[in-house]
Amino acid sequence: MDAIFLQILNGLDKGSAYALIALGLTLIFGTLGVVNFAHGALFMIGAFCAVTLQKLFGLSYQVIDETQTDFLGKPLKVDVPYLESWLGPEFSAALMDWSVPLAILFSIPIMVVVGFVMERGLIKHFYNRPHADQILVTFGLAIVLQEIVKYFYGANPIQTGAPEMFKGALDFGVLIGFEPNKVIYPVWRLVYFLFSAVVIGGVFAFLRFTTFGMVVRAGMADRETVGLLGINIDKRFTIMFGLAAAVTGMAGVMYTPILAPNYHMGMDFLVLSFVVVVVGGMGSLPGAVLAGFLLGILQSFASMNEVKAILPGIDQIVIYLVAIIILLTRPRGLMGKRGVMEE
Amino acid sequence: MAILEVKGVGKRFGGLHALSDVNLSVQENTVHAIIGPNGAGKSTLLNCLVGKLMPDSGSVLFQGQSVLGRKPHEINQMGISRVFQTPEIFGDLSVLENILIPVFAKRDGAFRLHPFETVQHEVAVIDKAMTMLEEVNMADKRDMHAASLSRGDKRRLEMAMCLVQEPKLLLLDEPTAGMARADTNNTIDLLKEIMDRRDITMAIIEHDMHVVFSLAERITVLAQGTPLVEDTPENIKTHPKVKEAYLGETAA
Amino acid sequence: MILGLNRRDTRFLIIVILLTLFTPFLMQPFSEGSALAQFNGGYPDLMAKVAIFGIFAMGFNILFGLTGYLSFGHAAFLGVGSYSAVWMFKLLTLNVFPALIFAVIISGLFALIIGYISLQRSGIYFSILTLAMAEMSYRLAYSVLTPITNGETGLQIRATDPRIFDSATSSGSPNLFGLELSSSFKWEVLNHVFTFNVGFYFCAFVAIIMFYLTLRIFRSPFGLILRAVKSNQTRLNYTGHNTRPYTLAAFVISGLYAGLAGGLLALMDPLAGAERMVWTASGEVVIMTILGGAGTLLGPVLGAGAIKYLEIIFAKINENVLHGWFGFLPDGLEDFIVFILSRFTGEGWHLTLGLMFMGIIIFLPGGLVQGGQRIAAKFRRKAPNDDDDSEHHPKSTSHVAE
Repeated sequence: MDAIFLQILNGLDKGSAYALIALGLTLIFGTLGVVNFAHGALFMIGAFCAVTLQKLFGLSYQVIDETQTDFLGKPLKVDVPYLESWLGPEFSAALMDWSVPLAILFSIPIMVVVGFVMERGLIKHFYNRPHADQILVTFGLAIVLQEIVKYFYGANPIQTGAPEMFKGALDFGVLIGFEPNKVIYPVWRLVYFLFSAVVIGGVFAFLRFTTFGMVVRAGMADRETVGLLGINIDKRFTIMFGLAAAVTGMAGVMYTPILAPNYHMGMDFLVLSFVVVVVGGMGSLPGAVLAGFLLGILQSFASMNEVKAILPGIDQIVIYLVAIIILLTRPRGLMGKRGVMEE
Repeated sequence: MAILEVKGVGKRFGGLHALSDVNLSVQENTVHAIIGPNGAGKSTLLNCLVGKLMPDSGSVLFQGQSVLGRKPHEINQMGISRVFQTPEIFGDLSVLENILIPVFAKRDGAFRLHPFETVQHEVAVIDKAMTMLEEVNMADKRDMHAASLSRGDKRRLEMAMCLVQEPKLLLLDEPTAGMARADTNNTIDLLKEIMDRRDITMAIIEHDMHVVFSLAERITVLAQGTPLVEDTPENIKTHPKVKEAYLGETAA
Repeated sequence: MILGLNRRDTRFLIIVILLTLFTPFLMQPFSEGSALAQFNGGYPDLMAKVAIFGIFAMGFNILFGLTGYLSFGHAAFLGVGSYSAVWMFKLLTLNVFPALIFAVIISGLFALIIGYISLQRSGIYFSILTLAMAEMSYRLAYSVLTPITNGETGLQIRATDPRIFDSATSSGSPNLFGLELSSSFKWEVLNHVFTFNVGFYFCAFVAIIMFYLTLRIFRSPFGLILRAVKSNQTRLNYTGHNTRPYTLAAFVISGLYAGLAGGLLALMDPLAGAERMVWTASGEVVIMTILGGAGTLLGPVLGAGAIKYLEIIFAKINENVLHGWFGFLPDGLEDFIVFILSRFTGEGWHLTLGLMFMGIIIFLPGGLVQGGQRIAAKFRRKAPNDDDDSEHHPKSTSHVAE
């Protein structure tokens, strides 16, 4: 029982990431009808926003400390972060410690701008082109974005840490009545799950309760009719692209303490997120979220040693296997709507 | 002799009875029109005939064999060709190539792996296609890109693609929908030419009375998913029920 | 009529054969020691790669170019071909023929299974199914299939291999009935060095045969029907053709080409690794085909050649080389230009590749062949349709069959 519970928890953080990325992908696909292969790159850019903020906080200048000497007997040069000299050691240390959560604030405007530029500058011109062209041009864009990041940040993963208070693990089992030390769960993963729940809830509330959201939903259902009502749906769709980019970017920011970001993480997550989207059903937002969590949990069950003993290698392929079975038996996915990208 | 027999066909979409108890038979070598106001179930009926929809009840027999549950290519191989509302042609291919493809289907069946034969060496096939193109006066356009044809020529080409297979039954789905008067008349002339020249059985689904009365030998009037009456054009024109259900609307 | 081709196609084939045979000259235009010598591409390794990836792209083009079905999983067949070939080297003999035959058979079977499943769906769903299937193969090759694939290390030839048909004294590299593929003959003349390598000529020979077969497929009723699949699947069905077996045949044929290419890769360098199967490697063949011109005969080969050539040449252009070129400029300007250019060369090759690919999709969806036709048309002031490849001029947009 506790083992199963632990696996569900383990699946939640991966599932949260899948759900957030797939949500962004579906927002773009559902509103704009564009198959965006550069979506993984948005996740990657988000992650590097966190890295950038950490680096910015760490920017420093050198001062000569007369009281100490280096091994040559000269006065020692010490790096002093600008932040420390401006804000004092305690506050700057706190900022440094909280750089990942703070990077969310930092990433939102960046991601929205990236989203706008991508949509207005490139994707807009591909609305009426075949899906294959959309796939290809965004695939090209993904390569370009990843190479730019590689140039600035190098090829190696860059570690970022969670705030001190979220480090370590929580004996989660005790809280709900299991024996101690049975269900140990890293605190940050719990934070990630709660964070994604808030973001997902926010997106759904935004679409459900605001006029803007209602128009967008109407546009997703029937673009032409909404256009005929004289509503400028294109402008709203551009904003949705920015929103989707921001959601995906935030998912990337918060994921950095779990997985040290590298330049090709976008490509790695891209295939997975497409798989999640088709399992959930192309164009269905709840489907994307549901499939994200389900597949995350499924994957963590598949990595249990007991399961691997029966089906070796299953942990590596379970997601793809499920996707293939779903696509063949339920072409519309778990919650897909009729007529989305069908023959 | 009846070539196509529709017996007791019914189809529901949710609570809506799109078709209920449709009976009709198309006689060999006649032009049979199925008319009716919008929403009368004409398109649903057609989709049942070509394997796109499966009726809930009843049977559709073509030369005594059921067509229900068969794929479009199987139905075509039985001898039914179809003309669409908007011409469906191979826009990326040349006009001649458009005609070659149905000839190959007729000769080789639904699938044949022939990767190392050469189209240019298939003299008999090309001759047959060229004869067909001459019949519809398009021989001079054989090397044109089909997508660049005029709308009327596209319709002509599609018709030729169907006729070259010498179908036992040709289904036409509103062949003049959305056409200007002149184009409509051209299409009528084309169909008349075809009828004069060969023994052909046609079933036309049509909204336009002018087209129907110019071509059809038998007419079935469909209203609210059931056949109202079936008769010759002369009798249909004067039939009181038809006037009420259909002509009344358009004449008014 | 020679080999079942008409005069124009025969002329076309002869030109391709001559170009291939003289590649060691054509790719070595600059004399040794000259400033431009670094643009020489006449290394056996590079030339063989061009031939091999040319075959890969030709096969991919039969599927994507003709039917419009965009597969993102073809690298899996390349990988399977490589593994199969290396296994033949290990078990039977270092002669190339058993290896190639086995590579083609196994990858063909593999393509039959994956194609059968993937073709249950079309459009984007087809692309995602191929993607998922290829990722699965890649991950399995890295994990549980390690006994077959040797995991991360990669499968290679060892002295302890049984090689039951080889004598104990035979050398340790692949051969053509005793003639080692790695042996070459260098010819120095007029300050040029031309290298004639057995391996390259073998690959080139295979590539020419495959090009001829492709030409026949393009001109066949089968090829015509595949193009009809791309153009209008509805009409094709209502015309009495069953599209499924046609697309499956195209899929398997392209898988055979990929397997053959994988086998050839293994014989140029008998080491097969799983990274050949990763999905971005499948993306590379998509890029090659589109860069050259999807649906054209020569396009994919040109695309493969261009990308493999530029990849190697760009890798060589580092900052020192750039400083050498722009040394005549004032210092500040020189540094600036070198700084900008070096972002796109050397390590930056993939950036250039991505930009180039985007540019092609945006501005020239028909690829290099279409570009060439446009230029030719401008010069001749004639319709572009008059070119050698005109019967297959690409659509202005490629698409996934839907």
